[in-house]
Amino acid sequence: MSRVRTLLRTAVGLKFVVAVTGLVLFAWVAMHMLGNLKTFLGPAEIDAYAAGLKTLGAPFVPHGFALWGVRLLLLACLVAHVGCAAKLVARNRAARPIPYARYVPRESTFPARFMLVSGGILLVYVVLHVLHLTTGTILVDPFVEGKVYDNLARSFRNGAVALFYVGAVAVLALHLYHGVWSLFQTLGLDNPDRNRKLRAFAAISAIGLFAGFAAVPLAFLAGTLE
Amino acid sequence: MKFILRIWRQDHAKGAGAFVRHEIDGISGDLSFLEMLDLLNEQLTVRGEAPVAFDSDCREGVCGMCSLVINGRPHGPNALTTTCQLYMRHFRDGDEITIEPWRARAFPVLRDLVVDRTAFDRILEAGGYVSVHSGPKPDPNSMPVEPEVAEEALDAATCIGCGACVAACPNGAAMLFTAAKVSHLGLLPQGQPERYVRVTRMVEQMEAEGFGGCTNLGECEGACPKGISIKFIGRMNRDYYRSVLKEPIDRRGRMGAQ
Repeated sequence: MSRVRTLLRTAVGLKFVVAVTGLVLFAWVAMHMLGNLKTFLGPAEIDAYAAGLKTLGAPFVPHGFALWGVRLLLLACLVAHVGCAAKLVARNRAARPIPYARYVPRESTFPARFMLVSGGILLVYVVLHVLHLTTGTILVDPFVEGKVYDNLARSFRNGAVALFYVGAVAVLALHLYHGVWSLFQTLGLDNPDRNRKLRAFAAISAIGLFAGFAAVPLAFLAGTLE
Repeated sequence: MKFILRIWRQDHAKGAGAFVRHEIDGISGDLSFLEMLDLLNEQLTVRGEAPVAFDSDCREGVCGMCSLVINGRPHGPNALTTTCQLYMRHFRDGDEITIEPWRARAFPVLRDLVVDRTAFDRILEAGGYVSVHSGPKPDPNSMPVEPEVAEEALDAATCIGCGACVAACPNGAAMLFTAAKVSHLGLLPQGQPERYVRVTRMVEQMEAEGFGGCTNLGECEGACPKGISIKFIGRMNRDYYRSVLKEPIDRRGRMGAQ
C-alpha cells in the first residue's frame, strides 16, 4: 500500500490510476456493446442473455454473485477514475492562476479538450441509465424485471428517450476517441513505432462503440425492432 | 512597418499587471522580434518612460532565455522557432500584437515579461545529473553507445529549458521539460545507475513546484522550439511507474523462512 500512497502523491501517479481504471471501464463498455447487439436476435435471445449474466459462473458461485462482483469492480473503477481526475483538474487549474488574454491551441483536438465536459456528462448519464434500465425507476413504465426486450421497446418508442441515448453514446465516443489513445500514452506504451496504430485503434473503437450502441435505440425508434 | 503592441506591464512580482498599448513605426521586416522590442525600449527611454523588461541572451536560438507568448502562442506563430529567431516579416504591417509573459504558478512574473524560471533549476538539481568519478579519465569508447540511441538521447538533450512547454500547456505542466531531462540521461549508459532514483526525485520536485499534470493534449510538442516529442513523456511515465511500483524498496532486508 505504501507504493500506492507514493503514487498518489504526484500528478503522474494519479494519471496512472485514471489510465488503468479507464482501460477496465473501456474493456467492459466494449463487452456491453456486443451484448446489446443480441437485441437484434429477438426478445428470447436478449432476455436469455440478461438472465445468463445473473447466473454467470453457475453452478460454482451463488446466483448473482459474478454479476455483483463485476458491478462492484466497475463501481470501484468509476470512483477511482472520477476521483483522481477531479484531483488532477484541481491541480491543473491551480497551476495557471492568471489565464492568457489570448491563447491559440496548436496541436490539441476537440475531443481532448472536451474530456472534462464529456466525462461530467457521462457521469450523469451513467446514473440515469442505471435508474432507467437496471432499476426501472425512470423513463419506463411499467418496468418488468427480466423482460429486457419489452422494457427497451417501451422506452425507445419515445423519440426523446431514444435520442437522449444516441446523444449520450456520442459523448462516450468523443471521450474514448481521446481516452483510449491517451491511456496508452500515459502508461508509456505508445511510441513512434505504434503511434499510428494506437490512434487508429482509439478512433475505430470510438466509432464502433457509437455505431453499436446507437443502433439499438435507433432501430426501435425507426420501427425496425418492435 | 507599423505595429500596435499590447504588452503586459507589471512593475514587480507582487504588483498588479495590466496590458499597455504601445505603438511603433518604421520597423524593417529584417528586424528580429527582440530587436523590435529593443527599438521600442529606446523610444520609451527617450520619452522618459520605463522600458519593457524581457529576457534574452544569446539571440541565436540556443540559450533558452527568450520567452514571450506572442498572439497566444509561446515564441510566436512559427514552429521550431524561439522568439529571438522570429522576424518582423512574419507579421503584417499594421498588425496588433499581444505580448504576454509565460503564465504558470511555478513561473511567477518578476517584471513585465520576465518570469522566474528557477523552478526548472530545482527540478534539475533534484536529479538531472549523473554522478561521475573525478579520477583519471576513462579510456575512449570504453562505454559503447549505439549511434541510434545516442541520437535519440541527443533529441531529448536539445531541450534549452526555455519553458515554452509549460507556457503552451493548458494545465501549466512541465512534463515535456522534465521528460526530456530524465530521458537524455536515462537513455545513455552513464545515466543507468541513477535511472529510477532520478525519475522519482525529478517528478516529485516538479510536483512540489506547483506545475500541473499532463492531459496528453500535445500542445507542448507544438510549442517546443526544438521539436521535442511527447514520446519522452511516455518514457518518463514508464520509468516513474517502474520506480514507484516495481523497484525494490528494501534492498538489503533479510527474509525469514516458513
